[in-house]
Amino acid sequence: MSLGSVPLKYRIQIDRQQCMQCMRCVYNCSYGVFREEDDGNILIDSRKCTACHRCISMCPRDAINLSEHPVDYRSHPLWTPQAREDVINQSRSGRIVLAGMGNAKDYPIIYDRLVLDACQVTNPSIDPLREPMELRTYLGQKPSKLDIRKQENGEIKLNTKLSPNLELQTPIMIGHMSYGAISLNAQLSLAKAAAKTGTYMGTGEGGLHKDIYPYQDNVIVQVASGRFGVDINYLDRGAAIEIKIGQGAKPGIGGHLPGEKVCTDVSCTRMIPAGSDAISPAPHHDIYSIEDLAQLVRGLKEATEWKKPVFVKIAAVHNVAAVAAGIARSSADAVVIDGFRGGTGAAPKVFRDNVGIPIEAAIASVDQKLNDQGIRNKVSVIASGGIRNSADIAKSIALGADAVYIGTAALISMGCRVCGNCYRGLCPWGIATQREDLVSRLDPEVESEHVANLIKSWTLELSELMGAAGINSIESLRGNRSRLRGYMLDEGTLDVLQVKPVGA
Amino acid sequence: MEPVHIDAKGLHYTPLNQQIRRAVSEGATEIIVDNVLGQRFIADGLKGEVTIRINGVPGGDLGMFMNGPTCIVKGNCDHAPGNTMDSGKIVIHGSAGDAVAHSMRGGKVFVRDDIGYRGGIHMKEYGEDHKPILVIGDNACSFLGEYMAGGIIIVLGKSDNTFGGRGVGSGIHGGEIILRGELKERQLGVGAKITEFTEEDLEKISPYIEEFCGSFEIDPEKYLDTKYTKIVASSSRPFAGKYVWE
Repeated sequence: MSLGSVPLKYRIQIDRQQCMQCMRCVYNCSYGVFREEDDGNILIDSRKCTACHRCISMCPRDAINLSEHPVDYRSHPLWTPQAREDVINQSRSGRIVLAGMGNAKDYPIIYDRLVLDACQVTNPSIDPLREPMELRTYLGQKPSKLDIRKQENGEIKLNTKLSPNLELQTPIMIGHMSYGAISLNAQLSLAKAAAKTGTYMGTGEGGLHKDIYPYQDNVIVQVASGRFGVDINYLDRGAAIEIKIGQGAKPGIGGHLPGEKVCTDVSCTRMIPAGSDAISPAPHHDIYSIEDLAQLVRGLKEATEWKKPVFVKIAAVHNVAAVAAGIARSSADAVVIDGFRGGTGAAPKVFRDNVGIPIEAAIASVDQKLNDQGIRNKVSVIASGGIRNSADIAKSIALGADAVYIGTAALISMGCRVCGNCYRGLCPWGIATQREDLVSRLDPEVESEHVANLIKSWTLELSELMGAAGINSIESLRGNRSRLRGYMLDEGTLDVLQVKPVGA
Repeated sequence: MEPVHIDAKGLHYTPLNQQIRRAVSEGATEIIVDNVLGQRFIADGLKGEVTIRINGVPGGDLGMFMNGPTCIVKGNCDHAPGNTMDSGKIVIHGSAGDAVAHSMRGGKVFVRDDIGYRGGIHMKEYGEDHKPILVIGDNACSFLGEYMAGGIIIVLGKSDNTFGGRGVGSGIHGGEIILRGELKERQLGVGAKITEFTEEDLEKISPYIEEFCGSFEIDPEKYLDTKYTKIVASSSRPFAGKYVWE
C-alpha cells in the first residue's frame, strides 16, 4: 500500500488461537496475501486479497475470516464506493478498467420476478419416478412439414431430407470457454462432464487441444473473428460448429488474450506464436452484413460437407430479434443468444456492466419474432448468460429457448468463487490460469464428476418441475409462456415477455 | 493419371465440390474445371496434393480452409480467396475482391493484378511450416494487412501506380507488409511503423518474387532491388497499456 491509496477491499484475519500454523494458506494463496515469517508467524497483507476463498476452503481449523469493505466511506446513494474508486483508478492510470466475470451492476433480475406454474386438481401432476419424462432435446433445423409415403410393400418412407441435429440428453450444455482463458485441466473436466451427461461443451476460440480429442463427439468447436485454431481438421472433429459474433459480457468488441497467457501449449492449440497477444478483432472481417454471415455459415457447411449443424452466437442487444431472424435465414441451425449477465475472463467494465439486454427479454423477443415470421422451425434457440439454477433453465425454456449454455455455474462447481480476477492468470483454483503448479490443483477426474453432478441434479429438478406442471416432454414446455407469471414486473416488460401478471 | 475435366456450367457449388472431392479421393492430381461462373467455396476445406485449374470467374471464398491443393484461376476472383487457408497455393490470373487471404495461416496467394480492401487481414504465422505469403502484382486498396500477426504481404505495383490507400497495418502485431515504392506516415494505421527495407529483406523475399513472376511469366529482374517500403508492428502487444485492473 502507498500513501493516498483507497481503502482495502477485503480484510483477512486469522484467529490466532485456532491457527495451527500449518501454512496451507501461505501455500495456497497465489496472490501473496500470506507470508511465513522466520519465527513461524503468518503475516497478512489483506490488500492483495481477491476474496477467492482458496485459503478459507483449505484452512483445516476454520481460522481465517474475510470481511468485505472493512473500511466505510461516507455513505452516498449515487457516489458508491465503486463509483469513487473507479474515478480514482482511472484518474491515476488514464486507462480502461478491466473486469472479470459477469455484469456486477444491481439491475433487477427478471428470472426472480417470474414464477412457474403447477397443477392442482385438474390436469394432474406427473411423478417423474413412475412416468417417463422426456428431456431429450434436438438442436438444429426442423422441417416445416414431413413428406411420409407408404410404399407398395407396406413400409413407410420419409421423403423429406432432414438437417443434421445435435441430440442432447438434457437441455443443458456447457458454454464456450477457451483453452487459454481457462486451463487445460478445466476444459478437460468440462469435456468429460459433457460426455458423461450426454451433452456438449464449447471450445471457445482457443482451438482444440489433443487431450480433448477423445471427447470430440461432445464438443462444439467455435469459429470467431481471430480464427484461432481453426483448420479443416478442427472443423471435422467438432460435433457442431459455432460462429461467434458476439458475447454478452462485451457486445460489439473483440477479445485480447494477453501474451503472458500464450504459453507454448496454448500457442500450439491456437496456432499462433507463443508470447504474442492473441487478438480477436471486433467484427469478423469477412462478415460485414447478414449476407456475409450466410456466406460463412455455408462456407463452414461446405467445408464439412453439410454434415454438421452450424450455430451462430450473438450478444443480446436491442435489435436481437431482428438479427436472429436474419440468422434463421442464413442456413444456420441454431442461434445462441448471450445475455448481458454472461461471464467472461476479462472485459472492459464499462461494457460488462452497461451494454446489452437481459437474456430473459431476449429469449422472449427472439422466439416471438421467429414465430411471427413463421421460421421458428428453421433454428433452435440456445440461451446463455447468467443462468444460476434449474428454475432459470425452466423459465428460459418456457420463454422460448430450446436449450441453455451454462458457464459460470460450471466453473463454480469446479471451485470458482466468482472473485472476478480471471484476467490476472493467477486463479488459485487452477481454472483461469496457465501456471502449471496452479493448474495441477485441479483434478479433471474429480471436477468432471462435480460438473456432471450439477448437470444431473438440475436435470432431475427440471423433470420434477415439469411433472408438477403436468408436462412430460420438454417440447411441451418450450415457449409455453402460459405456464409463467410475472411478479412485480412492469407492463412493458410483461408485454415483451408475453407473460401475464400473477393472479391473471 | 489423366487430368479430370469438370464442366461447371449451371452447376451449384455443392455438387461441383462433390465432384472435385470425388476426383481427389480417386487419386486425381490435376483437375480442370471449365465454365466456372460465380460458384463459391471451390476447394473449401479440401485436403491433398492436387492442382485445380479453374477457368472462369469463381465466387467468394475460393480455397477457404484449404489444406494442400493448388488452385490456378484463369480469370478474376470474388472476395476472400484463401480465407483461413492452412496450406496450398492460389494463383489468380486477374484481380480479386476484398479480404483476400483473410486469416490465412499458411500457403501462398498470388494475384497478378489488383486486390480490393482489407487484403491479408489478420494473416498469421505459426511454427516453422506455417508462414502465409500474399503477393499482389499491381496494387491494393486501403486497410492492407490489418491485425496482421504473421506472414508476408508483398505489393509489386507493376503498372507503377502509387499505393494510395490508408490504414495500412492497423493493429498489426506480427509479420511484414512490403510495398513497392514509398509510403507516407499518414497512410499507416495505428500500431504500424515504417522500417528500412534492407538487402537482407530482399534476400528473404526474392524467392517469393521469383515464384510469383514465374507463375505469370513476368520478368522478375525489375523487382529484385531495394525500392520497397517495409511496414511492421510497432509492438507485438498493441493492446498492452490500454487496460488497468479493476
